[in-house]
Amino acid sequence: MNNNIEKQLQQQIQNAYASNTALRIVGGNSKAFYGLPVAGDRIDVSSHQGIINYQPSELVMTARAGTPLTDIETALAEHNQMLAFEPPHYSASATLGGCIASGLAGPARAYTGSARDFVLGMTIINGQGELLHFGGEVMKNVAGYDLSRLLTGSLGTLGLILEVSLKILPRPRYETTVVIDCNQHDAIQLMNQWAGKPLPISGSCFYQDKLFIRLAGYQQSVLSSVSTLKAKIIDADNLWHELKEQQHAYFNNSLPLWRLSLPSTADTIDLAGDSLIEWGGAQRWCFSNEPADKIFALASQAGGHATLFKSSDKTDQVFQPLQPQLMKYHQRVKTAMDAKRILNPGRMYKDL
Amino acid sequence: MTQLDHRFIQQLRDILPDNAVLHEEEDLRPYECDGLSAYRQLPGAVALPETVAQVQAIMRLCHQQKIPVVARGAGTGLSGGALPLEHGLLLSLAKFNQILDINALARSARVQPGVRNLAISEAAKPHGLFYAPDPSSQIACTIGGNVAENSGGVHCLKYGLTVHNVCRVEMVDVEGNIITLGSAALDSPGYDFLALINGSEGMLGIITEITVKLLPLPQQTQVLMAAFDDVIKAGKAVAEIISSGIIPAGLEMMDQLSIEAAEDFVHAGYPKDAKAILLCELDGTETDVATATDEVNSILQSAGACDIRIAHDIEEQQLLWKGRKAAFPAVGRLSPDYYCMDGTIPRSKLPDVLHRIHELSEEYGLRVANVFHAGDGNLHPLILYDANIAGELERTEEFGGKILEACVAMGGSITGEHGVGMEKINQMCVQFNSLELQQFHAIKHAFDPEQLLNPGKAVPTLHRCAEFGAMHVHNGKLKFPELPRF
Repeated sequence: MNNNIEKQLQQQIQNAYASNTALRIVGGNSKAFYGLPVAGDRIDVSSHQGIINYQPSELVMTARAGTPLTDIETALAEHNQMLAFEPPHYSASATLGGCIASGLAGPARAYTGSARDFVLGMTIINGQGELLHFGGEVMKNVAGYDLSRLLTGSLGTLGLILEVSLKILPRPRYETTVVIDCNQHDAIQLMNQWAGKPLPISGSCFYQDKLFIRLAGYQQSVLSSVSTLKAKIIDADNLWHELKEQQHAYFNNSLPLWRLSLPSTADTIDLAGDSLIEWGGAQRWCFSNEPADKIFALASQAGGHATLFKSSDKTDQVFQPLQPQLMKYHQRVKTAMDAKRILNPGRMYKDL
Repeated sequence: MTQLDHRFIQQLRDILPDNAVLHEEEDLRPYECDGLSAYRQLPGAVALPETVAQVQAIMRLCHQQKIPVVARGAGTGLSGGALPLEHGLLLSLAKFNQILDINALARSARVQPGVRNLAISEAAKPHGLFYAPDPSSQIACTIGGNVAENSGGVHCLKYGLTVHNVCRVEMVDVEGNIITLGSAALDSPGYDFLALINGSEGMLGIITEITVKLLPLPQQTQVLMAAFDDVIKAGKAVAEIISSGIIPAGLEMMDQLSIEAAEDFVHAGYPKDAKAILLCELDGTETDVATATDEVNSILQSAGACDIRIAHDIEEQQLLWKGRKAAFPAVGRLSPDYYCMDGTIPRSKLPDVLHRIHELSEEYGLRVANVFHAGDGNLHPLILYDANIAGELERTEEFGGKILEACVAMGGSITGEHGVGMEKINQMCVQFNSLELQQFHAIKHAFDPEQLLNPGKAVPTLHRCAEFGAMHVHNGKLKFPELPRF
């Protein structure tokens, strides 16, 4: 589908600005659970659709924010290319805009980069209803502040994303998964040691005393890496997809789901609950009933931060509290982009 | 004699040892310009702190007295970003030259901002690791400056820019507080200020510590050189390599004038009659490199390369690279002065841009040599001129400005890796409209409401753009060509 509703969206934000009305930005609603609930009038980006420019030999795609993520990935797959940060969908309705606004990434994150690493440019509407374009469709662009990367992961609190330009990469020619039996401490060591070697690792996961490693690249070097790792190949076609989409059996749990983002070398965290490790040790999931303050403190002591990713009760703080000086700059940047605090107010922090 | 009063100098001396405060003209002279030496200005004074506490005290003092501050690393920048201010303090971070920690297991290095780019890779090498971004000035440029400019290099397509390789930055804000952006984890709560600080050209804070990501050294590298009798054929070969699913570690193009200059200078074995050459570096495991070399070789053949050389050993790889790496000084031998531009374009627009540059070259009567980071679309036209001929620098700048405008018109950018600084501030008015520039000013205001950090650089005032626009009314001819346009 090809449909441009930027004028309507701009008008709606200009009206909201004039009347001091808070807006709740919605795309495919697949990540509505993420962050804090927002009270505001719905502004729907989902029909702002279409791939505007895709040139496989330029490794660049530009598309409207309401374009379904599946459309994007299908178009790329036709040319053997992909979004190398492997964004989670969580629902068939997921859109490109939500993918970039949430800034989430899948199993390849630790090895190929994050959503913002692949953002080249953006067209947005800020909280004053102004239509602005930053960055572009070229790999290198240092003119002006890098606002398109700043907006990635800002959960719609700094601007409504209209269009995104992304760097695209070729799909690996060959992929396989190996498994190693080991305990958690050894798994963390191995994941870090191997990431420092010239091995074609593209994913890692530790769960229930098994370390899974995905290898991707030319077939011959993938297979020779299997013997270097002294590991055995398993049939795990769906493992990485299930991890990315949180459809893996591990995620079938009704307790609050915490995401701990830690230095990859951090040892086992003393947190009660069922846990699973990804990203070479840097992303650790835990279903835990422990109080939020305790989990934030544990993550901070380990040099990282925690997020209450999924929970039936999300009324308080879901993201790690910020240092007061840093929060001051968050508030000032929020004001710079959204002077009246009308875009997704409180979705990230109550004061933003 | 300094432009800052004695009381302020005395207050700086209360913070720093006497020899770390410079204010006599002869001591200030080395700081009057950065790598863009066409722009010069003596600073009011120079401060050379060596502790973060000293930087904080200096910022508190300058904030209290409303003295503007320009931060400087090695001064190798090419856009005048570290150009001093007559009534401002130049804050040199040169003494922050320690590598604080190399964590081999975590693959990171914690360094002070004055550490040289190459020194990080040298320190990481015994661990089998390296720091990927490699701007051509890497033996001299500092990591603090790299963050400020979001520096690139020849390996960007595969390994990313500085912004992709920095995990954590500690900075002192305009009021003297320490702020930490990013972390030792892969992401941080809140807004991605790390993305904002990279490439912010010293406008948002003073960087005092940086943690960079280290990558495993590739097992093997290979370099291929292909010569073409036509630039368009070379451009098509680039597109075909990328389309085939290969991401080369480096992919560089040189045009005929660059080839001739480089060959005469370093004798790399480039065919001087070629209209363009491509250098393609492949890296990875031994088998990866062997497979990719075969594939690239056959792509180059079918793209019509008239000569292909595959390096037999490391020495030959280095020789092939040497010509490219020496391209700037080689071109410098052809002319008393040259002016280096830094536009980026979608790769497919290369023939159009080169055609436009050729037209402009004839119009201005100035020769241009082109070197091109073909993998990532970053074009460096080198305009040859003679500064001793009255008005030639100004004509060169105007010519360069038009090249950048052509890059923007073709969907590119006025700067890929050198930054805006002072040099391209007028072209910012071409790339961004007034609302976008106002948004940049609002971001600047969020961090530095009183305009004390590197004021006047990187983002033009709307007033300036209005004047620049007015200058363009007269068929692109400047009204007062003899006036310097700062």
